[in-house]
Parts: sequence; C-alpha cells; structure tokens
Amino acid sequence: MCGAPTQEDTLDRTLPSNVDPATASIIQGRVVRDGEPVAAAYVRLLDATGEFTAEVVSSATGVFRFFASPGTWTVRALAPGASGSADVEAGTGFTETRVEIG
Amino acid sequence: MSRADVLVSADWAEQNLGQPGIVFVEVDEDTSAYDKGHIAGAVKLDWKTELQDPVRRDFIDKAGFEELLSSKGIANDDTVVLYGGNNNWFAAYAYWYFKLYGHENVKLLDGGRKKWELDSRPLTEQATQRQATRYTAKDQDTSIRAFRDEVVAAIGNKNLVDVRSPDEFAGRLFAPAHLPQEASQRAGHIPTALNVPWSKAANEDGTFKSDDELRALYSDAGLDSSKETIAYCRIGERSSHTWFALHELLGEPHVKNYDGSWTEYGSLVGVPIEKS
Repeated sequence: MCGAPTQEDTLDRTLPSNVDPATASIIQGRVVRDGEPVAAAYVRLLDATGEFTAEVVSSATGVFRFFASPGTWTVRALAPGASGSADVEAGTGFTETRVEIG
Repeated sequence: MSRADVLVSADWAEQNLGQPGIVFVEVDEDTSAYDKGHIAGAVKLDWKTELQDPVRRDFIDKAGFEELLSSKGIANDDTVVLYGGNNNWFAAYAYWYFKLYGHENVKLLDGGRKKWELDSRPLTEQATQRQATRYTAKDQDTSIRAFRDEVVAAIGNKNLVDVRSPDEFAGRLFAPAHLPQEASQRAGHIPTALNVPWSKAANEDGTFKSDDELRALYSDAGLDSSKETIAYCRIGERSSHTWFALHELLGEPHVKNYDGSWTEYGSLVGVPIEKS
C-alpha cells in the first residue's frame, strides 16, 4: 500500500510489528488551533532542505504519525484558512511535537 | 493537447457538477474518505480492490475493465473527471490507467480532494446511483507502460526518472515516511536515474505547478527531451503523477510509467542498483 493510513486517535506508542523503535524514527503529534485539536488537517513532513517527504490527514483528535529516519524535519499542517509548522529534531524511537495553526 | 484539455480547476468542477456526459470519479486506496464525504454525483473507484488483479500482480484485464466501468455507469463517450486524496496520486494513476485502456476524454481535477477541502467546497455523503452501461475498452496502449526488461535496457540509454523522495532514492528509506518501512528486498535506485520527487511538480495545496515551472524543473534536473523517458516510484502511482506532468501537461511525446517500480526492480536478482 502507498496511501495514507488512517491516523490513530491517541498518541500511543503501539507500533506495527515490522517497525523497530531501536532503528526507526517515529515522529508523531497533534495539530491544534486555539488549543483545540484539528481533525482532517493535511500534515506534511518536509526534510531538512524543505523537500516534501510525506503527507497524512490528521485523525478526529488531530493526531498524525510519520515513520522517518533520524534527522531534522519540519512538520507543516494545512486546514481551511489556517496553516502552521513545527521543526523537529528526531533521533531513533519516538519524537513528539505539536503543530499550532492559525 | 493543452493543459485545459487534461486538467480542470475546482471552480470548473463545481460549475459542472451534475452535467450530463461528465462523470466525477473519486479514486483512493482507502475509500472510507469517499464514504465520509465526496463531490456530489461522484462514483468511487478502489485502487486496490477494483483496479488490481486479485491474484497476480497486474491490472485487471480488458474484459475486467469493461465490466468495472459498465457497472459504475461510465460510458465510452463520457468525460471522466478524476480526483482523490494523497495529492491525486491514485487519481493520476487512474488517469494513466484509463488512457492505457483507451478512454478518450479523461481529466484530472487540479488539487484533488485536498484543494477541494482546503477551499471548503461542499461534499456529500449521499450515495451516487448511475445506470449501468455497456463499456468497450481498447487493448492496452503499451506505449505508455514500461516493463522490467525495458527498464534494465534503458540504463544509460533513456531518461529514467525516480520520483520518490530523496531518502528513498538514496536507499535510506524503503517507503514514503508516512508508512511503516516495508517493501522491496533492496533499497536504492536504478543506476543513471534522475531523482525528481513527484512533489516538486505540485504546489502545497496539491495543484500542479505551471507549465513554465515544470519545464524548468525537468530541464534543470538534466532530463534530455531528445530521449525517451521512463518514470518510476515504489508502486507506480506517484510516477503516474509525474507521467501526467511530462506527457499530458508538457506534451513530451515518449514517456512511459513503470508500474512495477521499485517494489519490482528492488527485488530482481542480478540487476544493478546504486545507493546514495
């Protein structure tokens, strides 16, 4: 499959069986606007050069998750009439972030 | 052929909803998006369960395509307007697939679902009913479809355009970063391939860049227009997006999509692979 999988509703740390947190870099978090989670936002993962890498749609509770590699990333979120970004320094394992949009 | 013949704006689409002879088709891998809301009158196509053979790794055959389109109520003379999620990846794939089976009038909705949603345009949950047709497909037009032997022979001879992200091209990732990493046996890219990520052809809202921007993108990347071109990605949908940009928007005459893509090439025994 290559489409965007449905995003989970919670920031839990359950992983698909083929993902090893000792080597994988999991970037996850929530999109928020005025403190409230934003559902169905388009969340884009950009690499250190600003190049697009992946995109998912946030869950009903604003949650998104990417499987990346260690490094510097930017998470950018778009919703009708609002957008915002957060920079992330990811190592192996989980890195959590919040993307405020306005 | 010009841009207006193959790409329609969200405004055009909204003004042409319900027009006889125009069928909107939403194409996704996960059709739950369609079920939660779609463009009024649109029918849905499931990339995986409807366009792929359920057993072999290949497309449904001509008779299967005829049966599918007949059951969806699509006629040979209908104008089909495709759209979907994922920046139109699967819609572009379906566009190429409709062309493969010879459908005349196909258009892509610029920006797909994303642009439509970001514009806050209306979506409906109401199911679409269309009367069945008797659709007739043509034999596959393999002038737009590349197979593995041709890809191996193209090394050093034709333009090979790898449209995956730089990390996948370099062999650091096996799959796009929103997916668990799984797929081919080996990571990397086909020697001599240019890496022009599909996303460079699109704006943030999912619409295609202008023809001038696209022309500059591929020529700056080193694409030699005097040669034939084969585009590939991981499973052939992102490369359909680039095939659309090169063949349909820019009018490059000899462009093929390699739908086997990296999941096939990266699992072949004995072929050359480059990393980083």
